[in-house]
Formats: sequence, C-alpha cells, structure tokens
Amino acid sequence: MTAAPSNALATHPIPVMRITPPTRWWVLPFGELWDFRELVYFFVWRDIKIRYKQTVIGAAWAVLQPLLTAIIFSLVFGRLAHIPSEGLPYLVFNYSGLLPWMYFAAGLQAATNTIVENQRVITKVYFPRLALPLASVLSGLVDFAVSFLMFVVLMIYYGIRPTPAILWFPAFILLAIVTALGVGLWLSALNALYRDVRYVLPFLVQFWLYASPVAYPASLVPAKWRALYGLNPMAGVIEGVRWSLTGTPRPPGHLILVSTAAALVLLVSGLAYFQKVETTIADVV
Amino acid sequence: MTESVIHVEGLGKRYRVGERERYFALRDVLARAFSAPFKKNGASRSKDFIWALRDVSLDVHQGEVVGLIGRNGAGKTTLLKLLSRITRPTTGFAEIHGRVGSLLEVGTGFHPELTGRENIYLSGAILGMSRREIDQKMDAIVAFAEVERFLTSPLKFYSTGMQMRLAFAVAAHLEPEILLVDEVLAVGDLEFQKKCLGKMQEVSRSGRTIVFVSHQMGQMRRLCERVFWIDGGQIREQGRAGEIIARYESASLRPDALGSSGHRCFLSWSVGRDGGNIVTDDMDHIEFRFDIFLTEPISQGHFGMNVLSESSSVLAGWGFDNIDIPSGPQKIVLRLPGLPIKPGGYSLSCSLFNRGNNLTGGELVEEWYALPPLIIDTKPVGHPQDRWAGVLNIPGNFQIAAK
Repeated sequence: MTAAPSNALATHPIPVMRITPPTRWWVLPFGELWDFRELVYFFVWRDIKIRYKQTVIGAAWAVLQPLLTAIIFSLVFGRLAHIPSEGLPYLVFNYSGLLPWMYFAAGLQAATNTIVENQRVITKVYFPRLALPLASVLSGLVDFAVSFLMFVVLMIYYGIRPTPAILWFPAFILLAIVTALGVGLWLSALNALYRDVRYVLPFLVQFWLYASPVAYPASLVPAKWRALYGLNPMAGVIEGVRWSLTGTPRPPGHLILVSTAAALVLLVSGLAYFQKVETTIADVV
Repeated sequence: MTESVIHVEGLGKRYRVGERERYFALRDVLARAFSAPFKKNGASRSKDFIWALRDVSLDVHQGEVVGLIGRNGAGKTTLLKLLSRITRPTTGFAEIHGRVGSLLEVGTGFHPELTGRENIYLSGAILGMSRREIDQKMDAIVAFAEVERFLTSPLKFYSTGMQMRLAFAVAAHLEPEILLVDEVLAVGDLEFQKKCLGKMQEVSRSGRTIVFVSHQMGQMRRLCERVFWIDGGQIREQGRAGEIIARYESASLRPDALGSSGHRCFLSWSVGRDGGNIVTDDMDHIEFRFDIFLTEPISQGHFGMNVLSESSSVLAGWGFDNIDIPSGPQKIVLRLPGLPIKPGGYSLSCSLFNRGNNLTGGELVEEWYALPPLIIDTKPVGHPQDRWAGVLNIPGNFQIAAK
C-alpha cells in the first residue's frame, strides 16, 4: 500500500496520448494490443473458468460433442451413403474433420456474442476492443486440445500411425485460428451494430459445414473446381489437419494456398472493419 | 503544479437523439433505406443530434485533484468517457501525459461465478493492472476489503456490502499517473468511504492527478482543489473548489429561496457539541442551532425543518406554529431526543413563515437548504452481514425471557 510512488513515477517514460475524433481507422493497434496482452490472457482465462464451472461434466463436453457427432455422421454418411473416406475408418476420417470444424464453429459463436456480452465493461473501461474477439477465438483452443486427446485415443484404437506430415499440424492450427479470427471479427462487429447476426449465425454455420470437407473428402469435388473450393478457408484447414494427422494422400497444394490466401483476406478485412466499428462501439452497444 | 498533464481543446461529443434502443435491427436499416431512398442519410439532419459536450477546453496540472460538478446529464460523465477513451470525440482533441486509470463504476468486470480472488485478478486486469502488480498488491487489496475469509467462495455468495468493498479495494490500489473517478465513492458505507477518500488523498499526495465526479459536495470540498462546473455540455464556471461549489449549490439548491422580504434570513447552522455539521453520537440528545437575522419581527409565524435523504425524500419533519421572534440577530434551537439514521450525508431544509404557516396563507420569509449538509458519522449497527442496509440505525438487544 505504501509503495514509493515518486520512484515509480520517475522510472517510467511518460506516454503521451492524443485523443481525437476517429479518422485513421485503418491504423491497427498492434502495439497497443501487445500492451494489453495480459488482459487478453485474463479474458481467455475467465471464459474457460466460467465455461467449466457452469457445466456439470465440464471438459467432457469437449470430447462428447465431436464424438457423438462423428458417430451420427458415421452412421448416416459412412454406413448409409457410403461416402469415401480416403482409406480411413469413417469415424476417424470424420472426427479429424470435426476437430478443426468444431473449434471454428465455437469460435464464431463466441466471437459473435462477445461485444454484446461484455457491454458493461466496454462502456466503463477502455481497452483495445480487439482483445474480446481475440480472446473468444483463443479460449476455444482448450476445448480443441481436449477433443484432440480423444482423437489420439481413436488413432491408437484403430492402429493408425502418424507420419512425418504431423510436423505440419501446428501450421494448420494456426490457419484455423486465423480463419476463425477473421470471420469472428466480421461477425462480432456486425453483431454490435445489427443484432440480427445472432439469428443468422446458426444458418451460416450449417451451410458452411456442408461447404467444408468434414463429412466428405475434398477429392469428391471435381479437380477443376477444387481451387475455387479452396476459397472456403476451412476447406484448406480441414484437409490440412486431416492430412497432417492421418497421413492421407497429400492434399493438393493449391487448395491450401488458396485457402491460406482467403483466410488472410478475411483476417485483414475483418481487422479493418472491426477497427472502423470499434470507434463507435461504446456508443451503440 | 507546473506542467499540464491533461490538455483539452474544443472537445465535443455528439450523440444521435432518442436512441433508446441503442443498436439497430437490420430491419430498421432496410426500412430507412426504403422509406427515404433519396435522402443521403436519414439521420444526418441536425435536429436528430444532441451535443452531450460542446467546445470544452481545460487544463489539469500534475498532482492536482480536480472536480467536475453539475446536474445529471450536464456532460460530466461524457467528459470522463472521452478522457478515458471509452468513446471518441466528435470535435476537438485532448492530450494526456501519462497512463490513465478510469473508475467509472465499482466492480467493473466482476463475475458472480468466480471467487473473490479470481475477481480481483479479473477486475484488476480490466482496470489496467498487470498480473505482477496484482500479485504484489493482493494482500493489501484483501486486507483493505476485509474479505479474507471469503476469498475462495464465489462472488455470488457475497453480500452487496462485501462486493462493494472488494470492488473499491481493487480500484483503490490502481496506481496510474492520472485517475478518472466517477461517483464511485457515493456508494458504500461512510467508514469505508473515508478509507477510500484517505487512499485517494494519499494517491494525490504522491504526485498523481485525479479528476473526480461526484454529487456529494462534502466530498468535493474535502478532496478537490479546483472545480469545473459543467452545465449543458459546457464549462459554466471554474476556479477554487470552495467558491465554485458554493455558487453551484446556491444556484441548484435554492432556485427561488428568497421570500417576499427579499433578503436572506438564515445565516448558518450547527449541530452537535463541537459546532460543526457532523453528528457523531446520534443516540444522545441532538441540538440543531440556526443563526438567523430578521429585519422584521415574526409574529404568530411558523418554523419547519426536514431531514432529507440523498435522493431528496423526507425522512423526518418537524414544524412549530404560533411562534414569535423579535427582529435582529437571533438563534433558533431545535432539540431532538436522537436521530437514529444510518451514517451518511443528508440535507436539511428549513422554512420560516410570518403570520401563519404554508397552509394558512402565511408569508414565506425564507426556505433554506442548510449548507454544509448534515453528516451523520456514527457507528452503523444492524445485521452484521450488512450493517449498511436500511435507513434507520437502531441498536438491538437479544435475550430469551424465561416464562
């Protein structure tokens, strides 16, 4: 309580802040976000704590959700429709797709609502608002890790050995984060302005699921359309994750390239749009 | 007292009018687009906007404690929000030298499911503390809040008073160079308020700058050196705290206090043994003393006094008819057997009528809101879990009577 404040004041260089009407919205606050990195950490920490405190079986949901979905998909698409699964047991094939997909879908859900859920804080304290969607996308990684453990169990059960391709796995996780953040930024900013977004989201996620190679392999898409198909960044993410984990035939490189480019476009445009909306967020939420 | 750490020039903030539902549904946007396709933007007409703050310029120097006063909606909070960057200005600019901590609400970011300790981390981080800083101050915060025993239980099991104390404690340990505080000291109990005021004085003595909004003029007088009176989004007056606050009070508390005789008759008042405005022992007899000056004698007149809560509701009233007072300087004394109300700030209103009272058509000599306000500074009694609940402060005695 009795620090030596005069010293404390002297040791820091005194930052000068100029507050002006919003003009340069395209200047992104990365330096500032770095200053607030601990706040991002605390938001992530809060989201995870609360999620696991309020549910009865906590982390088990992160396993049950993809596992039950994969079992249903296996029955419908694997057993009944005989969708090819690149030589993998359909359950493994499908679960490896659901792994990044569920991370993506949950990230969108969380990012869409984060501004509205935190409106009290937003109207009372300043921090880079970017911290909120960023935290909601990052906090999904814990669930992702838990459901990944289940995938390891499946791999062992079916006797599938990882190949050197596994070294690429982190890169595809990064691509998944970039994609979820890019779309999440758009949705959280839009939802702050137009509350309809909440209602549109379930349909969007549903359509997107069928436009992504979760239940079927991308190789089912005719070769000449595959680059176009890659414009859906989740196509690249899912094919990439599946390939790196199970050693399926290497996904066409240009699918990954197109998906990466699409994800970056989404991220940059999402950042710009979010930044533009950010200047008025405290006035409208 | 040399450099200006906050420099504001021509700052203005414009809001859209009537945005009760602050966000839009897509439907509204579409409807607007279809109903007025030829207007560039339906909302750009000037009557749809109000200026919450307009053309405000001010300087605050290092180490100063500066107060913002004014009625609700005058623009004080908007100014704080602009300075703390929560919202962006429409015109003008502000330059701030130093890190800013803002305290516009107590318990910002608290979550009921998290424990006391977890909430200290969360709220601290949201208010701008680093994890290391919170680690270092954890013990001090907990001791300040007096919640040691509850640190591991979820916040939802805390009483309101405890939550308040915890929130204050986190905020009180914020150490930015510039602190913006809005009204947060108005809640909570007087003892704790004093603790917080002491903390803030300590903070300001260490060379930090505080900008402070409150409706409690007593606090403002005690804390601030300089005051800006904001009215209708603009600075109406600025200067030494005592002076400006007195002028603000006489403008807002006595809209037409002068009776037909046209001069003031109530001069000053006091209560209690040491002659101030503070009651420290309400269980004993209390004496209210009013110094008045009458140019004409009062015959068959009326004297009334009300004790009002912070929200201006009457807690108790006394009235005396058929009184005669000679002209010249006089002293009115009103004795009460006790005033068992919770510690806090209250206002007193007094009225003096000549030849009758307000019902019998007496002539109003003066209606006076006593300044400074009445401060009750006694020990709160009541339920131990929340001694500050309720209005009355009456001790109880428990026993089991044998039949």
